[in-house]
Amino acid sequence: MPNKGEVALKALVQSSSLPIKKSCLVRLKEDIKKFKIVYMMALPVILYYLVFHYAPMYGAVIAFKNFNLADGIWGSEWVGLQNFMEFFNSRYFTRLLFNTLNISLNTLVWGFPAPIILALLLNELKGKVFSKTVQTITYLPHFISLVVICGMIQDFTSEKGIIVQLLSVFGFRPQNMLNNKNLFVPIYVISNIWQEVGWSSIVYLAALAGIEPELYEAAKIDGAGKLRQTLSITLPGLIPTIMVMLILRVGSLLNVGYEKIILLYNELTYETADIISSFTYRRGLQEFAWSYSAAVGLFNAVINFILLILANTISKKMNHTSLW
Amino acid sequence: MKIKESVPQKIFHKCNVCFMVLMIVVTLYPFMYVFFASLSNATLLMAHQGPLWFPIAPNLDAYEAVLKNKMIFSGYRNTVIILAISLILNIVLTSFGAYVLSRREIMIKKPLIIYIVFTMFFSGGLIPFYYVVTSLGMYDTLVAVILPSAINTFNLIILRTGFEGIPVSLEESAKLDGAGDLTILFKIMIPLTLPTIAVVILYYAVATWNAWFHAMIFIRTRSLYPLQLVLREILIGCDTSIMENGADLGEAQAVSETIQYAVIMVATMPVLMIYPFLQKYFVKGVLVGAVKG
Repeated sequence: MPNKGEVALKALVQSSSLPIKKSCLVRLKEDIKKFKIVYMMALPVILYYLVFHYAPMYGAVIAFKNFNLADGIWGSEWVGLQNFMEFFNSRYFTRLLFNTLNISLNTLVWGFPAPIILALLLNELKGKVFSKTVQTITYLPHFISLVVICGMIQDFTSEKGIIVQLLSVFGFRPQNMLNNKNLFVPIYVISNIWQEVGWSSIVYLAALAGIEPELYEAAKIDGAGKLRQTLSITLPGLIPTIMVMLILRVGSLLNVGYEKIILLYNELTYETADIISSFTYRRGLQEFAWSYSAAVGLFNAVINFILLILANTISKKMNHTSLW
Repeated sequence: MKIKESVPQKIFHKCNVCFMVLMIVVTLYPFMYVFFASLSNATLLMAHQGPLWFPIAPNLDAYEAVLKNKMIFSGYRNTVIILAISLILNIVLTSFGAYVLSRREIMIKKPLIIYIVFTMFFSGGLIPFYYVVTSLGMYDTLVAVILPSAINTFNLIILRTGFEGIPVSLEESAKLDGAGDLTILFKIMIPLTLPTIAVVILYYAVATWNAWFHAMIFIRTRSLYPLQLVLREILIGCDTSIMENGADLGEAQAVSETIQYAVIMVATMPVLMIYPFLQKYFVKGVLVGAVKG
């Protein structure tokens, strides 16, 4: 049985004895011959990504065209940036950008600390069984389908719904809450927290479990109280995880999914609820303005990409934590 | 070392326990409300004020109406068909991909990783995606909801991490015994990473069970609707007319409430039933994914 070092050495000798002149293509051919089965396994995977991810990226050129189905992607005429200009100059542009940021930032500000707090509090619980029970139960809503969740939201916030009834005790005027444009964002954000707080706390709980108990022992001996321990040991131990999560969130600030929005909004709440992705869906697939909505979608994708790269670079500089 | 708790600490622990109990109530009560409401008498439920702690005049009328409904039945059937085909495809393609990415010596490993991970950061957008799928002739077929979600990149990464954890020596000795790549994948990799495989299967299964958007944009024929799309029609579109016939308007409205609740129960039951048993596997997946980013 050769050990690892020997294997590596052998590989090195083999690779360096290859004629350097061989072009990439020839080497690839040899590689394919050598690992035929592996390449055959790779083929369907490569094809899948090609068809369902890269072909749409290529298809995004219709954003620069005046697309019609009869002429296809290549036959349609080029219009340059006209579709983008039309979007930037329309009254929708600021509204959609504002709504997307508004919903996203509210979800971030209220939703991001919630699982951290939950994890910290769970960590302080003494009964392990009780702690496990709370965890199991709070993870549950994550697995319920969005359609069911939104159906429940709609029933509970309707004029006779249970939430409206409870709120009316505090002087809330009975109404169909989903028809009120000022209530859309709170409903969206609060239901999001309700659905995801437990599930999102898992990574923090894992990070907390990774903090060495000796640190707490040492702090206790030095006379640090519980609060002091939390501030000086627990929180610093959580910071790397928090940073990674925050990068992910900031990177997807303009990447708000349309699914929940489409299920909850209606004409009465477009003013606050309509975001870039739901607008793309409505314009493109319900009103068939293909090129225009492809332009809006492409604009969104490019911004998302830039944001993610930026967030990652900043965190690399500040923290030496990075996604890749 | 046991240190006596100070008074503020005691208060904190009491409050903490109270808070957790509140969390449990807030999480579970909506489901209990739906359950109680689905069993209640429709007219009495309309008149009822405040929270429900038990069904009012319990009866199974709503469930009867739901189970008689043809759309619910065909939705269930379609979802099961989609689930079965999807899962096979998911697991075969994902394990192929994970296997390729876990090879150390292969030339295309690096480019392939970049090729795959890039799709997590950038997408062509909904409209070109729609165009690609429809121009492949998948419109209004179940293929349109199965093939486009054949591989989930996140799950692929989880499985690759699992495969990479297997000692190289195992593989090498198998190779010495003349085992090919397929044998290594199916006889060594998959059996040795069964817990991870279980996680990935569960993630795929939940995602497929809950999916509705692709079905909504690609499927026109109502008899092909998966369950979630039928649910959407009944719950969000408020379209229970397909369920009632011959009731007067006021009663119809009342009945439609309990029917909606019953529909939620019928559609969520499978998830609620298996969830407690599989919960630990789900959690494991998050952690594997989190470590590798």
